[in-house]
Parts: sequence; C-alpha cells; structure tokens
Amino acid sequence: MYHTISVLVENHFGVLTSISGLFASRAYNIQSLTVGPTEDKTVSRMTIVVEGDDKIIDQVKKQLNKLIDTLKVIDLTNEEYVDREIALIKVEAGVNERSEIFQVTDVFRGNVVDISHSIMTIEVTGTTKKINAFIDLLKPFKIKEMVRTGRIALGRG
Amino acid sequence: MKGANILIESLRKEGVKHIFGYPGGVLIPTFDVLYDTKDIELILTRHEQGAAHAADGYARASGKVGVCIATSGPGATNLITGIATAYMDSIPIVFITGQVPTSLIGNDAFQEADIVGITRPITKHNYLVKDVKDLARIIKEAFHIASTGRPGPVLIDIPKDVTTSEAEFVYPEKAEIRSYNPTTEGNPKQIKKAAEMINAAKRPVIYAGGGVIISEANEELKKFTEKTGIQVTMTLLGLGALKSDHPLSLGMLGMHGTVYANKAISGSDLIISIGARFDDRVTGKLDEFAPHAKIIHIDIDPTSVSKNVGVDIPIVGDAKNVLKLLTAQIKKPSIDDWNKKIETWKKESPLSYEKDSKTIKPQFVIEKLSELTNGEAIIATEVGQHQMWAAQFYNFKNPRTMLTSGGLGTMGYGLPAALGAKFALPDKLVVDIAGDGSIQMNIQELATAVMNKKPVKIIILNNGCLGMVRQWQELFYDKRYASTILSNFDTDPVTAKNDMDYIPDFVKLAEAYGAYGRRVTDPAEVEDALKDMIKRDETCIMEFIISPEENVFPMVPAGAGLTQMIGGMA
Repeated sequence: MYHTISVLVENHFGVLTSISGLFASRAYNIQSLTVGPTEDKTVSRMTIVVEGDDKIIDQVKKQLNKLIDTLKVIDLTNEEYVDREIALIKVEAGVNERSEIFQVTDVFRGNVVDISHSIMTIEVTGTTKKINAFIDLLKPFKIKEMVRTGRIALGRG
Repeated sequence: MKGANILIESLRKEGVKHIFGYPGGVLIPTFDVLYDTKDIELILTRHEQGAAHAADGYARASGKVGVCIATSGPGATNLITGIATAYMDSIPIVFITGQVPTSLIGNDAFQEADIVGITRPITKHNYLVKDVKDLARIIKEAFHIASTGRPGPVLIDIPKDVTTSEAEFVYPEKAEIRSYNPTTEGNPKQIKKAAEMINAAKRPVIYAGGGVIISEANEELKKFTEKTGIQVTMTLLGLGALKSDHPLSLGMLGMHGTVYANKAISGSDLIISIGARFDDRVTGKLDEFAPHAKIIHIDIDPTSVSKNVGVDIPIVGDAKNVLKLLTAQIKKPSIDDWNKKIETWKKESPLSYEKDSKTIKPQFVIEKLSELTNGEAIIATEVGQHQMWAAQFYNFKNPRTMLTSGGLGTMGYGLPAALGAKFALPDKLVVDIAGDGSIQMNIQELATAVMNKKPVKIIILNNGCLGMVRQWQELFYDKRYASTILSNFDTDPVTAKNDMDYIPDFVKLAEAYGAYGRRVTDPAEVEDALKDMIKRDETCIMEFIISPEENVFPMVPAGAGLTQMIGGMA
C-alpha cells in the first residue's frame, strides 16, 4: 500500500541526500519525493510517497525519525489530508487537434501554457488520480514530453 | 583564535586526553597546535584504520568518547572500516578529518574525497564545517550526539582554511539540537505491563546485549536476574554483562552459542530482550525463532524494535533506567520446573572439546588464559574462529572487557583495539586473541605499541588458514578450501612445527618490531607460555600452533533454526 509521509527537516545541506540515501540503502520503494520551503525558513518539508506493508512503513517512519536533522514525521495516510501534484504535458497538436485539446483541458481545469504550430504544453494541477486520468485522455494525441512534480500534501484542519 | 586552536580547546573542554591519528597536508596547522599541547596526547598509529580501531577500543574499554583524526582523501577513506565497525556496534567516537580548503572543494583537488558523502550511511551524524564560527558548536554537538541515546560515530570534516581562519572562541555550555531528543525513560505503562507479563511467565529467558554494557546496567541486570531467578543469555557484545560463571548465566546464544542457551530461547514462553537487536547470527532462521515466546523488548533505539521479530511489549528507553523500574515491580515468578529443565540441559551439553596431548587445542589455550587471569583481563579479538572460542571459553567477569567487532565482523580490529584499551587503562592486562589471518590485517600497529611502551599481549592461534571460512568449506562445500589456506603445511602441525611452512614467522616478526615473540607447539608448554606472557612488561606475540582443522562447535548452520545445532550435543 502507498503511504504519504510528510517529513519536517532542518533546512541544512545534505539532508535530502541523507533521506534519499536512507531509502536506497534499506531498499525502500519510493514513488515520489518532493522537498520545498515552509512558513519557517529554517525548516523544509518533504513529502514522500512510499510503498510497503505495515512493517516496512513502520520501519520507514522510525528510520526517518532517527536522522538527527528530522524534526517531525507525519504519516498522512490514515488522516484527513489534501494532496496535489502538478504536471506539464507537451502534446503534438496541429490546427485540427487544438480545439479538442482545449476542451479536455478545460474540463480538467488545466491551462495551456505554451503553444506553437505543432505543439501545445498544458499545465494541470490536482490529485495523482486526476492527473493520471488527464494524461490518459491526452494519449491519443501523442505525448512528446511530460514532467510531474510528485505529490505534496498537508493534513486538514 | 585560529580554527586549529578552537578545535583543540574544544577537545580540551570535552575532557579529551588521547587522540589516535595520522597527519597529512591539510592537517599540518592542527598538528602544529597539538605539538605544543601537553595535556592531550596524540598517538601516532601506523595506519588510519589502526587509529580508528584504537579509538574504538579506547571507547569500549573506558566508556568515554574515543577521538580519532586523519587527513583528507586517503587518510579519511582509510577510516571507513573503523567507522563502520563503530557504527554497527554503537560505539561513541568523534572522527575528525581534514579537508581541502573550501575554495577547492568539489574540484577533484589533490587528496580530496567527499568523506561526508561517503560516511553518511555509517555515521550517526556527520558535519562539514564551512565556517570557523560554527566549529566550536559543531564539536559540542558531535560529542553530545556520539555519546547519548544509542551511541555511535560522528564525523567532522574540517577544511584546511577553516583551521587557519580566526574566530572568537566561545564553547557552548550545552548542545542544543531541537531535532534530537532520545528517549531514555521507559514508558511507565509499558513497564507495568511488562512486569505483569514477567510475573505470569512460566518459561522466561533474559536475552542481554551490548546495550546493557553501554548503559552500564550490569548491576541492575544482576539484581533483576537474582530477584526473579530468570536465566540470562548474552549476545557476543553482551558478554560481561553478567559474569559467565554466574549460576544464572547461560553464556552466549546464537550461531555458536551454547546448546542450553539456544534450547532455552527456543523453548521459552517469554523473552526479555535488553539492549539487543535480534541479529541474524542470534536468531537463526526467523520463522523458527522462539515460536512460543512473547517478547518484551527494551531498547533505546526505536528502529531496533520490531525490525526483525514482532514484539509484544516494546519499551523504548535506557536499559539502566528501565531495569531499575522493572525490578521494583516484579515478583519471583514460579519457574522452578523450567529452571530445572535448563539445569539438565546445562549438564547434558556443556561447552566442550576433545582434549589432545599432542596438538594444542585453541579452546585449551583460552581456558588456561581465563584461569590464569581469573577472567579479569581485557580481551580484544579479531574475527573468526578464535573470536568464537574466546567468546565461549573465556569466563568474562566484568563489563567492558570484551572488545570485539560483532556487527561488522572486522578482521584486523583486535590489535589496534587492544592498544586503544591499553591507553585508556594502562594498569590492566590487555590481551588480543587473534588468528594468523586477522592479525596480519593491522600488524603494523605493533610499532605503535612498542614505541609507546604500551605492552599489549597478542595470542595468535595459528592454524595456518582462514579458519572460519575453511570450517564452512569443510562442512558445506565438500572440503574445497578455496583461498583459505595461508601456509604450506601438510596438515600435520607436528612435522610442520619449526620450519617456514608457516608464513610469516611471527616470532621473527615480533622481534623485527622490537617485541617479544615465542612459538609454542607442545600442549604441555601452554601454561608456562601464558604465564610468561602475562608477566612480561613488554609487547609480545605468543604464537600457538594449533590443530589446523579444529572447528567451532556447537554451530547453527546459516539459515537454520536455533534447535538445529551441529556438534557439541551430548
């Protein structure tokens, strides 16, 4: 099962390496990892999506806590939380395809952020599930390139 | 004050008296300060690995934080095995490495290595000091982190220009690390539950590990076991937690543990684990480990709990604190029948070996040593058969007297560790029990011992081969001794005695280093040789030519359950 784990860490250099190194050396399966600043500039928040059974997840959380630079580990999976991801998707789109792509993008509340004679780049924000669905709809138009941020999440309330 | 002075002043504030190390280009400013420092002794080893293990032996024997210093690049990378050894066995050491000047970092400069990156997975924490203003605080933090919670090695990488830059020296009173607060007091509710479980147990066993030694909880352990009558088995690193000949001691458990310890664990209905981590050498095949037992796990490191085996009552805290509270709450459980059963096992299958009047048996040498030193010497070991024989046949009386690489299994650990222990406790007899393979991995430290007049005693149990691997090859690989034979002997140690079938000649080697060397081939001479060794006020090598195909028994084959022991059964 996938767990979304939010980790607050000291904003020191090398922390990201410690955490990614921990996952690599203990063979934990990371699906995505994002890191960015928080309201406190000395603290960064990492959102890690990791796959494993209860025993593995329990170890993952303990091992994360064990790192000296870790301030707090929160497993959001069993709580109420909101999560978002952004994707930028570049599709082949000639004049004939454009209107259909605009329509699909509209339904998903995405934005066309770049356009040329044969290419459109679309930005879409949402849950992982929504982005997967959007990508699925764009597939017939031939996706040239794509990038996703990975999940970020916060507990509700 | 210059960075180099800040470093030394900080170490002084931490009460450091000995540093094991090796100089190098980027460390010259630091060593220049040490040159005038009279109250801190820099012990120059002959290899950085030796310095790392010496700091480790120093820490294990004394309970203080060991300090080790090495230069950038190869100096730092030579520490790796020593750092990993300390990490696996939770030994507090502060490693200081020189680094190329900050302006050159990342440029593939001469003698540059990313030691912070390299040591990340084998240190409890590490630092690159980028600004001299941070130096004193970092040193304070490093000592705090190394010595508290589950101890471990901490590395501080200091670029050369940091040691030559100026800053005001203010040493912090306290290390304040908001993200680091180890739990030392056990949860009272959990302790109460544990006490109830113990009171109701019918077949309990105590399983004590290195954590008991580290937290100096040996007296508490003794009280606990004597109050309850519950027998104690120890891990390799736990030896000395309860004296080996205590009536309630089961000796070591696991792969080369006693038959009765393994039977007791396997048949128990409750395991009280104290500062141990259910290592694979202890548990054997996990599915078959103690199938009927509930488990109480006392450990300061939450990651050790439920990592390998499921735990019924975890208690995160310091062993000493928890044992005190627990002992106060327990009654003597009714376990007379169980203890009688264990006594029968003890009588049925004691540790034993075949005596021999022609060939020296390694077990006999260690038994004699134990007898002559009353189990009170500090024993360091290398890794292999001799290590297991030492664990089995030396009657450890006190904690901090078994210095051995348990987790990493580092050959070459023993001699420098013994040397470190001798610096910490110069009045104690320190003996390195070695094999002819392992001793050659850090033999250069003989020079350090001789030059510093620190007479460590080395026993080499010479079987002319890498005995432990050879044993596995004998038992599981049809005696195909691939790369495990170190000598030209014709498997007959009697005819091979005095010629150059054994390489090197350890007696001459001792002499080359200015130490005393003696070769013993006759079992009748063993006692005299050991007395000679103990008495001498000089570094010496006592080489015992032992039967080459002697095996360590009993043994649980890798991947088997603890009850499937071979050898040593009555």
